[in-house]
Formats: sequence, structure tokens, C-alpha cells
Amino acid sequence: MPTREPEQNVTTSPGLGPEHSPRSPLSIHDLTVAYDRKPVLWDVDLDVPAGELVTIVGPNGAGKSTLLKAALGLIPVASGTVRVFGKPMKSQRSLVAYVPQRESVDWDFPVTALDVVTMGRYGALGWCRPVRRRQKNEAMQALERVGLADMASRQISQLSGGQQQRVFLARALAQDAQLFLMDEPLASVDAATEQAIVDVLRSLRSEGRTVVVVHHDLQTVNDYFDSVILLNMRVVAHGPVETAFTPEALRQTYGGQLTILSEASERLARSSGVDHP
Amino acid sequence: MSHLPLVLASDQGTWWPAFERALLLRDANTLWVVLGVLSLGLASGTVGAFLVLRRRALTSDAISHATLPGIAVAFMVMVAFGLAGKSLLGLLLGAYVAGLLAMVAIVLIQRTTRLKDDAAIGIVLSVFFGFGICLLSLVQQMPDGNAAGLERFIFGKAATMLPGDTRLIGFTSLGVILLVIVFFKELAVLCFDESWAAARGWPVLALDFLLTGLVALVTVLAIQSVGLVLAIALLIIPPSTALLWSHRLPVVVIASALIGGFSAWLGAMLSASVARMPTGPVIVLVCAALFFVSLFIGRRGVVPRWLSRRTLSRRVDRQHVLRACWECIETTGREEVAISDLHSMRSWTTGELATLVTRCVRRGSLVRVDSASLKLTEAGRERAHRVVRNHRLWEAYLIHHADIAPSHVDRDADAIEHVLDEDLIVQLEHLLGAAAGEVPSSPHALGGSGGAA
Repeated sequence: MPTREPEQNVTTSPGLGPEHSPRSPLSIHDLTVAYDRKPVLWDVDLDVPAGELVTIVGPNGAGKSTLLKAALGLIPVASGTVRVFGKPMKSQRSLVAYVPQRESVDWDFPVTALDVVTMGRYGALGWCRPVRRRQKNEAMQALERVGLADMASRQISQLSGGQQQRVFLARALAQDAQLFLMDEPLASVDAATEQAIVDVLRSLRSEGRTVVVVHHDLQTVNDYFDSVILLNMRVVAHGPVETAFTPEALRQTYGGQLTILSEASERLARSSGVDHP
Repeated sequence: MSHLPLVLASDQGTWWPAFERALLLRDANTLWVVLGVLSLGLASGTVGAFLVLRRRALTSDAISHATLPGIAVAFMVMVAFGLAGKSLLGLLLGAYVAGLLAMVAIVLIQRTTRLKDDAAIGIVLSVFFGFGICLLSLVQQMPDGNAAGLERFIFGKAATMLPGDTRLIGFTSLGVILLVIVFFKELAVLCFDESWAAARGWPVLALDFLLTGLVALVTVLAIQSVGLVLAIALLIIPPSTALLWSHRLPVVVIASALIGGFSAWLGAMLSASVARMPTGPVIVLVCAALFFVSLFIGRRGVVPRWLSRRTLSRRVDRQHVLRACWECIETTGREEVAISDLHSMRSWTTGELATLVTRCVRRGSLVRVDSASLKLTEAGRERAHRVVRNHRLWEAYLIHHADIAPSHVDRDADAIEHVLDEDLIVQLEHLLGAAAGEVPSSPHALGGSGGAA
């Protein structure tokens, strides 16, 4: 099945080339994602502005994490294209740093905080080359930036949830990327960690880097972010926080107006012959 | 390990000379067997560490069971072409192909149906194994098959290892270990955080194939000496044991390799010492013995964890006594604390309190004035001061900032007072406007408090 999909997206969107903004750090065109043929994201068009802190908000099941994963090519897409600084994701991976959800890994894994952050340097180090002091030092700098230098030699299960989240952030920092895609980095962290992470995000912005953050706390959107993407299976609104983050847009995003869309998804899934429990 | 021979000693007295002969490499063959199982154990321990960390333990079980039809078919093919039906290389090639086919079957079932992983593995494992058993009995009925001995692949018989076999196993094991060393950091990333690795551009699928291929290779090598039913043991138990000792990945991998090598070697020796004892089960028992010992005394085992919990709970008990003393002094205004007064502060039995007081005296926090009364030492006063302050600060915090009734806060603070660190205390003092080091007065009546409810 995966081999069929590229053709599909060529036929559905013939003139897509010019519609991508070549300077946008992340440009998504006509992206549709389906799990077992059940669409979870419809026709997403996005140009993430460069050098800004951008947040993706929306209710549970709106497809926020899915959007990040699809953009990164971690899950197959039904149609659509993704460009990073004008080129396909595949050739730009070294410019992109991903911060997965904290729950996505086993924190009992036998590594220290520094080991995890050093993984951020593996890509630049290349295949089969052993880690040396230089990579450790670079990782240590990233740990310092998130305020965890004195936790470097702790096994990761001995860290608090907020500290684990900061380790993930430090690993992304160690990659020295231009575009950061973060999946709920502020979910269930303590106040001190939230402040530390937000400070790091701001310093990334001041260095001209672009950060896209999946976020759950509508209260802090105005304080923390420049742009907002309101998502609920499709892009409801997106743009600068001042203009796009309106009560009307929020009502559309969180209100139950999408029953027809999700009902249609269910039918599509059923019609494909896959049994649904 | 001294109890193991006892377990095996069905015919006591005859196993030891044989074991000694094996141990001292008296037989020319034994040396080859030792080298063979040793390198096998090292390789499976190394690869097994990543297999366990990738949570693919059962996949290896499916691969090993699925090798049986491969062995039978390889035998038939070799006989049909007039080759020696017992060439180990030929049989193992058949086993390897069948193992990989099983792997493909599992992936296909997972991708095309809604069956969960464990069900897919179970189906493939049992179908391949059942098919293998049927083929095996067909092979044994072949007129010129001379298939006697193929059953040894089910439970393993290390003693059948010939010099050529050892060379094959030794060099392949070496290759496997070298590949793991070369791809160490790539495999680590794959096992720790697959989606992040994929996002960074590591070819996760290819790395997965590498790991699975190595697992299949080790499994196939293991079936001659350990047997296909128990090949999983050498891949799973050594790393599980190593994980009880260390939380550094390189240490875990090396320890796992050593444990695997040692168990395979000792198991093979023991099984060679007892007539008709299959090697696989004995190796598993040796592995299991190491695992159980580690489960208790390993650095992350049961005993150290229990000890550290006991240390903590004893400290909590001592702090309760000291706080009770402090509060007695507060209420009576006298420096001397009567044990009978202390008794009424908490739900202590006379015996418990006596033990706790003795421990505090031994720690230098309390001194006995006479048989019925005590005094806080300088150090004891300091400790008591700290814990009372923690307790009262937390009570005040709960009352003023969490809207909890004064009558309820004592028990909450009872648990928290022992774990408040300096950072939190400073924050609390700041929040409550309390002067550093000052002990606020209790918000509720003293005596019979805390655990006395």
C-alpha cells in the first residue's frame, strides 16, 4: 500500500509546486492523513512563519500529534506534500529537531540524562563512529541550557517528570536545528519546568529559529506564542495570535460542529471493508 | 552454584568424575564444545540485551520455533541431492531461511489484519513448529534418511559439536558481536526512541532488520547446543539479569554477554557430566540460578530496595520520637521528658517506643536521665527542631493556601515533614512570611496527635 500513495498525491494535486512558500520553515500543502483509511486530518494547508513561536491547539483527538508526525514522515499520509525551507523533509532532516511526547519512551531504559542528550549529536557524528568527549561536551552545554547540568549522570528514571521533559528538550537543542517540532512539551510539568522551557523557547526565537509546539493550555497561548494554528481534524484558523485566536475561532475548534466530518470518516473506514469494533 | 549438581545428581557419584574430566578439558572433544558454547553465550548475551530493550523477546521465540521445518526441509533437500544429510551448515541455512520466513509472516499478519502482536507471534510460532514436527516424522520414515539425531535440535546436545561446527559457531558469533559493537549507538537509539530516530533520519526499518537478522543468526547457532525450544533463554535471561545490576547501557551489554557465556559454558559442562542430559534445559537452569540470585542481591534487586526502604522508615520513626520529645518539652516546659508523657503522643506500644528510644540514644539524639525520663542532646535538639519546623510549616501552608481545616492538617504534615528538602522549606518560609529557622506554634492541640488517630 505505501508504494501506491505517492501516485495518489500526484493525481489529486497537480499544480502544487508554486503553492509552497519556499522560505517557510514548514510548508504543508493539502495534507490528508488516515489511520486504517479513517481520515483524521483533512486537507491541511499551512505555512509556518519563520523565526516565530507557533502553537497548535485543539481538542483531544483533533490530530495535533498526528500533524507533527505526518509532517515528519513518521506515519503514511493519504495525500499531500510537506516542504522544509522549500525542500522535501527527507533531504532536510538535519535542520529539524523533534521532541516527542514524554510518554512515548520507556524511562527505565539503562541510560543517563547525558546519554540521552548526546543522542542529539549522533546524527552529526555519522554512522558507526563512537561517541567522544567532544559530543559529550556539546550535550553537556545543551543540558546546562535547560538547567539540568547537575543531573547529567542520573539514570533517567530517577528524574522527575519535568526533568525528563527538559532532557528531551536538551536532546533537541543538541541537534542544533533550525526548525523544532515539539509534542506537548508543557504537558503536566511543574511551574519551574514550564518557565525554564518557555525561556529556552524564547531564546531559540531570538536566535532566529522556528518552534512549533503542540499545546493544551489555552490560557497561556497569548503569553507564550506569536502564531496559533487552531486544529480540529482540519485547520480551523491560523495566523498571528492577535488576529486568529478569537472566541469565534475557538468556538469552532472546540464546539461540537464537526460531527458530520467525523461521521463521514467513520463511514469511509467502514466502507473499506475493515471491521470496526 | 553448588546446589545445581545436587539437582542433577540422579546418579550421585558418577557425575563428578565426568564433570571434572569436562572441566579440565581431558577429552579432546570437550575443548571444542567449550569454545563453541562459550562464543555462543557471549554472542547471544550481546544481541539479547538489545532484543530485551526493544521489547521483542517473544519474536525471538517465534523465530527459534520456526526453524524446525527449515531443518527438516534442508535435510530432505540434502539427501535428495546425495549430500551428507547431516552437514551442520546446510541444516542451519535451512533453519535461518525458515526463521526469516516466520519473521516476514509475523510482520504480514500485523500489517494486514487487526490482530495484536502477541497473537500474530503465537500463530506463527505454533504453525511453523507443528509443521516442523510433522516434517520431522516424515524424514525419520525416509528409507535412506538416517535422520536419527535431528531431534537433538529440539532440546540441544552440545556434545555433538565437532571441530568444524565450533569454527562455524565461533566465527559467526564473533561477527555478530563485532556488528553490535559497530552499530552500538544506532541500535541504542532504535531501542530507546524509535520515532525520534526516524524523525532524525535514521533508517529505522533497516536497523530493525539488522537487529532481527542478528537475533535469527544467534538463534540458529543456538539450536544445536541449546535446542530451539529454549534458545530464547540465552537471549533473554542474561540481559534481564544484567539489568538488575546496572543502569549503564555499555555495562549492561558487557555483563549480559559474560553472563550468557558463563551460563552456556557451565550448563554444557554439567550436561556432559550426566548421561543423556540435554544441554538446553541445564543451561536454562544455570541462567535462571544467576537470575534469581541477582533478583535478590543485584544492585536494583529486592534486598537493596528493601534495605533502603527500611533505612527510610527507621529514620521516619526516629524523627517521630524526636518531634514528640520537642512537643513534650513545649507543653511541660521542662527539659526532661518522661517516657510516659511520650507514650501518650502517638499510638506506640510500650515495646515499640522502648526500641525507638534505644535507637535514638544510639544515634546520639537522646540521653537517658533515669529509667523513666530522657533528655534531648544538642544534636537531637537540632534534628527535632528541623522536623518540628517542617511539620508546622506544612500545616500552616495547608491551612492558609489549601483551605484545609486545622484539625485535618496534622496527619498530612506527618507524612510530608520527612521529605521536605531545603529548597521547598525556603519556598514555604517565603510564602508564609516566616522567619528562617523559626518554629511556628502548632495550629492544634498537642498530644495524641498524628498517627494516634
